[in-house]
Amino acid sequence: MNRYPLWKYVIVAFALLTGFIYTLPNFFGESPAVQVSSGKATIKTDLKTLERVEMALKGASVDTNGLFLDTNGVKVRLKDTDTQLKARDILEKQFNPDASDPQYVVALNLLSSSPQWLTNLHALPMYLGLDLRGGVHFLLQVDMKGAVTKRLDSLSADLRSLMRDKTIRHGGINREGERIVIRFRDTDTRIKARNILEDNQPDLLLTEQGEGTDLRLLATLKPTALKKIQELAVKQNMGTLHNRINELGVAEPVITQQGADRIVVQLPGVQDTAKAKDILGRTATLEIRMVDDTPGALEAAIAGQAPFGAEMYVERGGQPLLVKKQVVLTGDRLTDAQAGFDNQSQEPAVHLTLDSAGARIFKEITRENVGKRMAILLIEKGKGEVVTAPVIRTEIGGGRVQISGRMSTMEANDTALLLRAGSLAAPMEIIEERTIGPSLGAENIAKGFHSTLWGFAAISLFMIGYYMMFGLVSVLALASNLLFLIALLSLLQATLTLPGIAAIALALGMAIDSNVLINERIREELRNGASPQAAIYTGYDRAFGTILDSNITTLIAGIALLVFGSGPVRGFAVVHCLGILTSLFSAVVVSRALVNLIYGRRRKLESVAIGQIWKPGNTPTSSVN
Amino acid sequence: MEFFRIHKDIPFMRHALVFNVISLITFLLAVFFLAHRGLHFSVEFTGGTLIEVNYSQAADLEKIREGLTKSGYTDIAVQNFGSSRDVMIRLPLKEEQNSAKIGESVMAALDTAAPGATLRRVEFVGPQVGKELAENGSMALLLVIVGIVLYLAMRFEWRFSVSAIIANLHDIVIILGFFAFFQWEFSLSVLAAVLAVLGYSVNESVVVFDRVRETFKKVRGLTTPQVLDHAITSTISRTIITHGCTQLMVLSMLIFGGETLHYFALALTIGICFGIYSSVLVASPLVMWLGVSREHFIKPKKQIEGANDEGAVV
Repeated sequence: MNRYPLWKYVIVAFALLTGFIYTLPNFFGESPAVQVSSGKATIKTDLKTLERVEMALKGASVDTNGLFLDTNGVKVRLKDTDTQLKARDILEKQFNPDASDPQYVVALNLLSSSPQWLTNLHALPMYLGLDLRGGVHFLLQVDMKGAVTKRLDSLSADLRSLMRDKTIRHGGINREGERIVIRFRDTDTRIKARNILEDNQPDLLLTEQGEGTDLRLLATLKPTALKKIQELAVKQNMGTLHNRINELGVAEPVITQQGADRIVVQLPGVQDTAKAKDILGRTATLEIRMVDDTPGALEAAIAGQAPFGAEMYVERGGQPLLVKKQVVLTGDRLTDAQAGFDNQSQEPAVHLTLDSAGARIFKEITRENVGKRMAILLIEKGKGEVVTAPVIRTEIGGGRVQISGRMSTMEANDTALLLRAGSLAAPMEIIEERTIGPSLGAENIAKGFHSTLWGFAAISLFMIGYYMMFGLVSVLALASNLLFLIALLSLLQATLTLPGIAAIALALGMAIDSNVLINERIREELRNGASPQAAIYTGYDRAFGTILDSNITTLIAGIALLVFGSGPVRGFAVVHCLGILTSLFSAVVVSRALVNLIYGRRRKLESVAIGQIWKPGNTPTSSVN
Repeated sequence: MEFFRIHKDIPFMRHALVFNVISLITFLLAVFFLAHRGLHFSVEFTGGTLIEVNYSQAADLEKIREGLTKSGYTDIAVQNFGSSRDVMIRLPLKEEQNSAKIGESVMAALDTAAPGATLRRVEFVGPQVGKELAENGSMALLLVIVGIVLYLAMRFEWRFSVSAIIANLHDIVIILGFFAFFQWEFSLSVLAAVLAVLGYSVNESVVVFDRVRETFKKVRGLTTPQVLDHAITSTISRTIITHGCTQLMVLSMLIFGGETLHYFALALTIGICFGIYSSVLVASPLVMWLGVSREHFIKPKKQIEGANDEGAVV
């Protein structure tokens, strides 16, 4: 009765093997590396960059332990930190000849040194949280009111020009708080205006107010429109943050949305919080200017004599471009930028939407400059970069602008992103900050590791001493629990934090409960005179119900923590819940498999090694073989 | 080796009243301290700034305090933690200041007053975050209570679920009482520990209840207190061993885990000790007072007309 069919052993063996493989990468440690990634959305890292890195390092005779390209950029593995620093300097010089205008991010990084075949199996080490590796954590709150106000301001400008176009006389359009108020003198005009607004502005909810000659039309944003604005605001702010953080030279920045209006920024390894905050809080602006194509002017500018009122810029392709200093339009007038396709040619294109004032200016400019080129520039820190410089084909009215021609889909996407990300959609505020020094991180790892190690050792010693063979089985089951837990965390690429390590330790301390329950039950059955085989069978059988109940109640607490916890508590909760699940498997299935393997095949089992069984009234009899 | 050589069931229930009175007193004391002293919440809850710096030699706290006061900071708390070289500075939340910049300006003030400090950790929490955490914490607690009550009511009986949750809330209040009495810092990780204890300690009651149910079903002719005594006695060895093992782990955290895990481990230690006590000596008497009996577990057999006492018919 204490035999498992072969398939059960196979499942246990398979689970153990899988657990082992996915735990393995955590033991190889990390080796120093240098990462080269794009510092600007207009620059891509590709195979050419890889070659360039290789050549540069070879030229300076720096030995590498291999280099490769991934989505983040080119990564170079190096043998020690000295070579790492040397390689960083070389690459910095090579890729950013002008230190004041960095094109690439050259950052120090750590790469897992686990062998390639493990990486191919997607067996990756756990990601260490900031409290273990050091760095900065910011929680930013996006000011949604600001985003809505901004949108309402540009909407009221739109409404004004709409009224003008349709020649409707109104007594003023103003934004008052979160609504736009339009005044009218008579009811007819108001009805007319209302119809027009309903046709043209589907985002607005209109209500009438006032009597006599003081008639008002109140326009508020519909909830769906409001939600869309807020979603876009968060997305755009995240895009902007991404661009800015690139300049910090952080190897693996984490920028994620949290809740409806919050953004988490984690910068591992960054110690200079002042600079980080400075960069996060900076504003970038978008400018549209005309290209100066006076014959001979460009040549003169290249020679160092730019004509009065013009500046030299470099286009994305690398060609020089002479741009007039006079600004035609600024980014405030841009309400949206989306990548898409040209309706006729099906070429990739970027669609821009301008607000009404912007549309009017744009219409005039394009009418006067058909056949000429305009440049769209992104100005950051007082330095401009040409995003794109299209030729004006016709007069463009209505505020919908399409930029197309010789663009790949990816380029169109990048341009749209860059145009959107030029400025923050809404103001942001840092509402939480955590800075952890690198030495503290290393200490935290050691503390967490030692706690778990010594706790585990103490439990093992006690269990084996008290329950003999069954204690050993319990310890092995507990070890397999640890294995599964770490494998699962690595597989999920969960972020390990110090509370997470504490949760691992606690999970082990609590998981032993199941084995104690089983062992005590078996002892009790033996005490009541059951045969060893029967005692094992009933022991496991009866203990299971209790184990299930007690684990589910613990799981309820874990899930509550997971749902309502944030930050460190969440890390704790994830491990806590996973630990309960793995402990169910290891304490019941794995330990049973081991016991069956040891005792199940023996027909005449006289006694089992579960420590001394004491029976009331009798002299103690030892049942150790 | 066997630690527990128990000849016959220990009459726990005979002293039930005494234990309940003790519990009530400890509970009331805990409530008193909570109300009187309140919890010493960490910056995570209250909002504010916490800065940890490290000096290469023993730090002069007076100088640091003076320097910071000169720079215009009021209500600051400067204290050593861990060693004399580690200093923790706490600043309350202020409306008028740009709170996000406090970290840097404090470091600048330290540089002039007591140079040589290296920054170890900065934690700044805005007011809205703290409030939210407190709300979420209470929601989590509520969810745990409701979830456990429902599950136990479904698996056992409402009397069990009510006594289990009362016993365990009593644990929680006592842990909080300890934190209030000693003014230990109540941080997010302590909250996590408290909630983990809630789950863990219910687990303890479940094991006892499971045995109670089994005894009711299997053994006839025992009074309710006898059944409870039997159930507790037969699980006592498991209770002590399990909690001993968990405590070994927690002890290891207490010794090796350092400052960050200190209060977490402390909360767990108190939770474990009171968890044993409450499930054995609070939950079980409560079940008894609530009037649990054999009938609650035996499904009534269909009475066949004319059958004798044992239900036999021919």
